[in-house]
Amino acid sequence: MQTAQTLSMPHGTLPLLYTFHFYLFGLVAIVSALLFVTRKSPVAAALWLVNTMFCLAALYVMLDAQFIGAIQVLVYAGAIMVVFLFVIMLLNLGHGGVGDTRGLGWKLAAGAVGLGILAEIFALTKTRTPITLTLPQGFTAQEVARTGAIAPIAAPLFNEYLLAFEVTSILLLAAVVGAVVLGKQRGEEHAR
Amino acid sequence: MLAEALFFSAVLFVIGVFGVLIRRNAIIVFMCVELMLNAVNLSFIAFAQQFGVGGQVFVFFVMTVAAAEAAVGLAIIIALFRHRQTVDLQNINLLKG
Amino acid sequence: MLPLLQAAAASAHPLDGTAARWLWAVPLLPLAGFVLNGALSILPAYHAGPADPGLSHGDGHEAVHGEPHDPDSAGAHAEDHHVTRHRYAGLVSIIGPGVLMVSFLLSAMIFFAMRGAGGGAITEPFIQRYFSWMPVGDLKIDAAFQLDQLSMVMTLVVTGVGMLIHIFSVGYMQDDPGYPRYFSYLNLFVFFMLLLVLGGNYPLLFIGWEGVGLCSYLLIGFWFSEKANADAGKKAFIVNRIGDFGFLIAMFLMFANIGTLDFTGVRTAAESLPVGGALVTTICLFLFLGCAGKSAQIPLYVWLPDAMAGPTPVSALIHAATMVTAGVYLVARSSFLFSHAPVAQLVVVLVGAVTAIFSASIGLKQWDIKKVLAYSTVSQLGYMFIGVGSGAYVAGVFHLVTHAFFKALLFLGSGSVIYAMHAAYHHTHNHDDAQDMRNMGGLRQYMPITFILMWIATLAIAGIPPLSGFFSKDEILGSLFARAEHSTLASAHLFGVPGNVWLYLSWALGLAAAFMTATYMTRMMLYTFHGPNRTGDAERSHLHEAPWVMTGPLVVLGVLAAFGGWLNLPELIPIGKVGILDHWLEPVVGESTKFVVAGAPEASPGLEYGLIALAVLIAVAGITTAMLRLKPATLVPKREAVPEEGFEKVLLNKYYVDEIYDETIVKPVVGVSRGVLWRGVDAGLIDGLGVNGTAYLTRFVGWVGSQLQSGQLGTYAWVLALGVLAVLGAFGLR
Repeated sequence: MQTAQTLSMPHGTLPLLYTFHFYLFGLVAIVSALLFVTRKSPVAAALWLVNTMFCLAALYVMLDAQFIGAIQVLVYAGAIMVVFLFVIMLLNLGHGGVGDTRGLGWKLAAGAVGLGILAEIFALTKTRTPITLTLPQGFTAQEVARTGAIAPIAAPLFNEYLLAFEVTSILLLAAVVGAVVLGKQRGEEHAR
Repeated sequence: MLAEALFFSAVLFVIGVFGVLIRRNAIIVFMCVELMLNAVNLSFIAFAQQFGVGGQVFVFFVMTVAAAEAAVGLAIIIALFRHRQTVDLQNINLLKG
Repeated sequence: MLPLLQAAAASAHPLDGTAARWLWAVPLLPLAGFVLNGALSILPAYHAGPADPGLSHGDGHEAVHGEPHDPDSAGAHAEDHHVTRHRYAGLVSIIGPGVLMVSFLLSAMIFFAMRGAGGGAITEPFIQRYFSWMPVGDLKIDAAFQLDQLSMVMTLVVTGVGMLIHIFSVGYMQDDPGYPRYFSYLNLFVFFMLLLVLGGNYPLLFIGWEGVGLCSYLLIGFWFSEKANADAGKKAFIVNRIGDFGFLIAMFLMFANIGTLDFTGVRTAAESLPVGGALVTTICLFLFLGCAGKSAQIPLYVWLPDAMAGPTPVSALIHAATMVTAGVYLVARSSFLFSHAPVAQLVVVLVGAVTAIFSASIGLKQWDIKKVLAYSTVSQLGYMFIGVGSGAYVAGVFHLVTHAFFKALLFLGSGSVIYAMHAAYHHTHNHDDAQDMRNMGGLRQYMPITFILMWIATLAIAGIPPLSGFFSKDEILGSLFARAEHSTLASAHLFGVPGNVWLYLSWALGLAAAFMTATYMTRMMLYTFHGPNRTGDAERSHLHEAPWVMTGPLVVLGVLAAFGGWLNLPELIPIGKVGILDHWLEPVVGESTKFVVAGAPEASPGLEYGLIALAVLIAVAGITTAMLRLKPATLVPKREAVPEEGFEKVLLNKYYVDEIYDETIVKPVVGVSRGVLWRGVDAGLIDGLGVNGTAYLTRFVGWVGSQLQSGQLGTYAWVLALGVLAVLGAFGLR
């Protein structure tokens, strides 16, 4: 209880440590992302992405989403990225091709587009959400403190969002079947 | 911390866009898409802290879908590689027409 | 019976209920003739000879000899082995002249009805409105005929002389394969001419104006398979068009400032316009531009000599008696405008005088008999314009009438001569020019009747009393002299020079032109009918008088040319009733005439007799000069002739006016048209930019579109990113 309370403090009275760590993880995430995007070797890029995901997991925990943070590490970093690395190695793409990036002109244009989107996002954040939607401060932390980290997610998942939950399972089935079918080699057909 | 989290989310998202536009390796482009998804997840989590747990539930689903999508997408890339011996996006124009 | 928009005017007209109510039939009969003859010309009918039209340079005989023919082909020259008489020629010979005869009889009946109802005492014109033609906003133009004394005179001339010429054509054109087409065009011409003289407003007159121009083009280029004929037709039409532009501008000005275009309305409004003001002067000058085109004055006369490429009866009807006089009629009809614009009148008189002497001088050295008569026509038209320009409207119209008589006679007579020459050359298969006077000579013994009649006409045109030309020409010159002494024109100024100077100058030019007229006409007679015959021994035996169907109208015209002067005897020569035409036309032009001579003192009889004597003296001098100085015996046939040199060459080549026009106007216009308008604008701009450019643009847009479906994932990602940018921007900038 005490840990939960100290880990997530009510807004407005955030301790310096908390803020420092928040910024730290955020910046590391950004730097990792930049490095990820600019690596020639796919393996290196994948590993930097893993690092980004770790930082994001940390951020999730600091934002009172402890369960999601754990899931992030388990599923995203631990499963999805591993699959990526498997495929990279399967296709023997480890070292990266020569012309793996577009030219300088394209880079500058992409940078411009990116900065444009960023600027527009900032321009759009001037809106204010209605006060009736906003929860009282520290509400999520209290919930977590009361029922544990998983319960606030599990309850809606099996109540309001049950249908989505079930459909997702079918989605996963479809994905599995699809992956198997797509991964089949032509040669197996002929061999038969 | 909502503002800061959103800021990070936006920057990560833009970096993802940058990567998609820049890179020619199909797998790396895919990974950039994953990065974009993660950035959006961060947004949702940040909002969930203020507006209710629905955001976290959504992130849950996003991750599930991302997993499924990664599986199928990589299967496609493998199939392509078998066919064309390359994952360079410029040489893949099967969507033409 | 065509319904009338309103039963006459508010007050009953003396002509109500008389034969005048059949006025509409007078032009419609020739129109019916046109339709019938035209139908007959379209039906494939003739069974021998080449297709319409004939291929030769002359009157329709084909140039190809020895062609096999149908033994049963009809025609006057049955022994001729290439007769091409049209199968329906007989029917056409009845319809063509027939409608003209009925039309003339009807006109005569209406004339007698007019005389019975008071003649020159009828002050209001008889207007028949048939339907509302162009009601557009403030402009209301009706299809209306106006019958007053002036239009009656013109109608009689048109239908009467036209009828005679139609009868003549029956003989002249009988072997032409295009016989029905000829008569249909001729009938159409008479229809349009009647529309012109009977029209009750300027637009209807203009319809007739344009229509006669069209028929002139069709008839000049009747034998269009020869390029020269087609070119002559085009030239006539195009030069006329320039004049028509002037006419149109005048009509626009009239509508813009006066608001109405019918004659009665303009007449009423003209009284309130300031005399000599810019508006009236401009309108009159533009109207005169139209007249210069239609009536062949300087600078637009150049089409008339070329128009001699058409059949000779056409030259007689259109280019002597009727169409070219339309300009004179227009000025007389617009007398209420012209009398209010002294400067414009001075211009008219001056142009008329200069044209008269200019073309008379050219006529002195022409060898083609028809060209001599063509330049003579231009010259006499100049006289008519001197008459109507100086405000002596009756004198001008009088000369119009007498000129119709003797010029038609001259042309038809020359037609008989050419007919005989052609027949002679036919028999010997000679290809010499049948119209060149150097190939003629001594024809008096072969064609005595034509010879006498042509001399009557020559003396008439020269102005020898008591023939008609003397009276009309003398009246013009006498009126001009009187106005030079005192009139609104004399008081006006043109280019700074006082009007009376211009008028005296014009009078002197008129006298000089009279001298030249007598000279070249006598020259023509000497070379054609007197002296030894140069046609050739083999052909001589085939020269003979034309058949009576052609000579008959000549006789009638001869009588008219001899006694036509009695229409308007001057007071000083009262050998019959004096001033018939004066009194007849009084209600129409009397007011304007008085306005021009306002308050002139009566001329002394001595002065008048002196002027008359002077005119006669000059005419006689001209004839004797020609007779003494020209020796027809020294002429040689055309093929042996020596080319002229010096000033004679200039006259023969008509002062090179056509060549000057060609260099200064035609070539630059054609050059600009070809280089700029055709290559630059049409091919380059419209074709290149417009048509091809649109196609290229479409292809280009298509190419751009095709690039969007490249199948390249990278491209798609780019487009996505740009789309996001755009959408976010739209949201943000809302």
